[in-house]
Amino acid sequence: MSKQHIAVIDYGMGNLHSVASALSKVAPEAKISITGEKHIIEDADRVVFPGVGAIRDCMAEIRRLDVDKTVDSVIRANKPLLAICVGMQSLMRWSEENKGVDCLDVFPGQVKFFSSNPEFLKANDEAAPSGERLKVPHMGWNTVKQVAHPLWQGIEDNSRFYFVHSYYVNLEQSELMAGSTHFGIEFTAAIARENIFAVQFHPEKSHANGLQLLRNFVQWNGVQ
Amino acid sequence: MALAKRIIPCLDVDKGRVVKGVQFVDIRDAGDPVEVAKKYNEQGADEITFLDITASHEDRDTTVHTVEKIAAEVFIPLTVGGGIRELADIRKMLNAGADKVSINSAAVNNPEFVKAAAERFGSQCIVVAIDAKKVSQAGDTDRWEIFTHGGRKPTGIDAVEWAKRMCEYGAGEILLTSMDRDGTKDGFDLGVTRAISDAVSIPVIASGGVGELQHLVDGVIQGGADAVLAASIFHFGQFTVPQAKGYMAERGIEVRL
Repeated sequence: MSKQHIAVIDYGMGNLHSVASALSKVAPEAKISITGEKHIIEDADRVVFPGVGAIRDCMAEIRRLDVDKTVDSVIRANKPLLAICVGMQSLMRWSEENKGVDCLDVFPGQVKFFSSNPEFLKANDEAAPSGERLKVPHMGWNTVKQVAHPLWQGIEDNSRFYFVHSYYVNLEQSELMAGSTHFGIEFTAAIARENIFAVQFHPEKSHANGLQLLRNFVQWNGVQ
Repeated sequence: MALAKRIIPCLDVDKGRVVKGVQFVDIRDAGDPVEVAKKYNEQGADEITFLDITASHEDRDTTVHTVEKIAAEVFIPLTVGGGIRELADIRKMLNAGADKVSINSAAVNNPEFVKAAAERFGSQCIVVAIDAKKVSQAGDTDRWEIFTHGGRKPTGIDAVEWAKRMCEYGAGEILLTSMDRDGTKDGFDLGVTRAISDAVSIPVIASGGVGELQHLVDGVIQGGADAVLAASIFHFGQFTVPQAKGYMAERGIEVRL
């Protein structure tokens, strides 16, 4: 078998080198391309769709560079696709960030601001007297309650992963939820459907658990 | 189960070597930053902060290479500070593999820089470092001011007001160092930590003065810090990160074990 090819989609937003170096750590034999070129991404065996920063800028670049069409083509070709952080958020229908931004509508649901959720604010108020305020961004290591999926293999349920985000995914189809996390409210930490796995946390920054998830991804055949 | 309080070993790096001074004077060599970062990564540190204290610009390229080497081997978040003055500096550090940059005197000189940086790169990677010193007299209401130049130059800016403003400008986190305590091993200045932690809606990292493990606990419980930063207690083998986490966990603080 020829060595596998992993594409990390580059649309000018975010720190792709840490994703790429974590991938080469778990798949030292693999060829890793950091690219926005549709034909290279379509040629890859599996694809990582990262993203950090503001959703408006991310979506603008995704559309300008035709990354939306590339992602669509990867999904249709049944290639394993791992979306990370804003990559995951951009797969939702719409985001509340930047006064409202239309996203790729791959998954049903919206991206919401923690601090505009009344339940979150209530949890924050209740926590305040003990000095335990809920700071936004949700930044640091939190636990993820898993729903059985090959990408969780070898990772204990409720293991901690590194998060950094102010907006969260409100998934409208709960059967797609692959992991959930509690931060004032329960929110979607992972989504799975067919060949797509999306995570809100950063596996590339989540030490041994994150590397194990990436190791599982590079071996995954894209079947749930 | 909830969000864990973070323990962040800090590497003060001068010309490619980890150093740690007592109130920025007595500098001791603590080793190669890549090796030191790998050690803390293996020990289960939650993040690593790398502060470049190199005085001259020419030596800054060394920093970029060091950050690249650390990022290739350490799969936890890495914050880089020291000499971040322009958007291009931020881009350079993020490209080298940093996840966040810490902005200190450039924010004081030009607060709009923080706004521009947060808009361009996102609040999640913009840390504003605040060096605060107590300026009120005993008996008066506590008041702290921002100092620059390693704590030598007063700015007249109120530290709590400044933290609030930086939060409004899009900072994603505050790295708060007490210049009265830095290097003393007497513990954090809990007063300023609590005042700023209560005043802002973003996470606060307490820094400056850790000499024993109880200080870390005090920073979280009394200071209200979301993360605690320490250097010399880890560098010189006084304590390991697992010892620190174990101590905090025994006292009811949620940590990543």
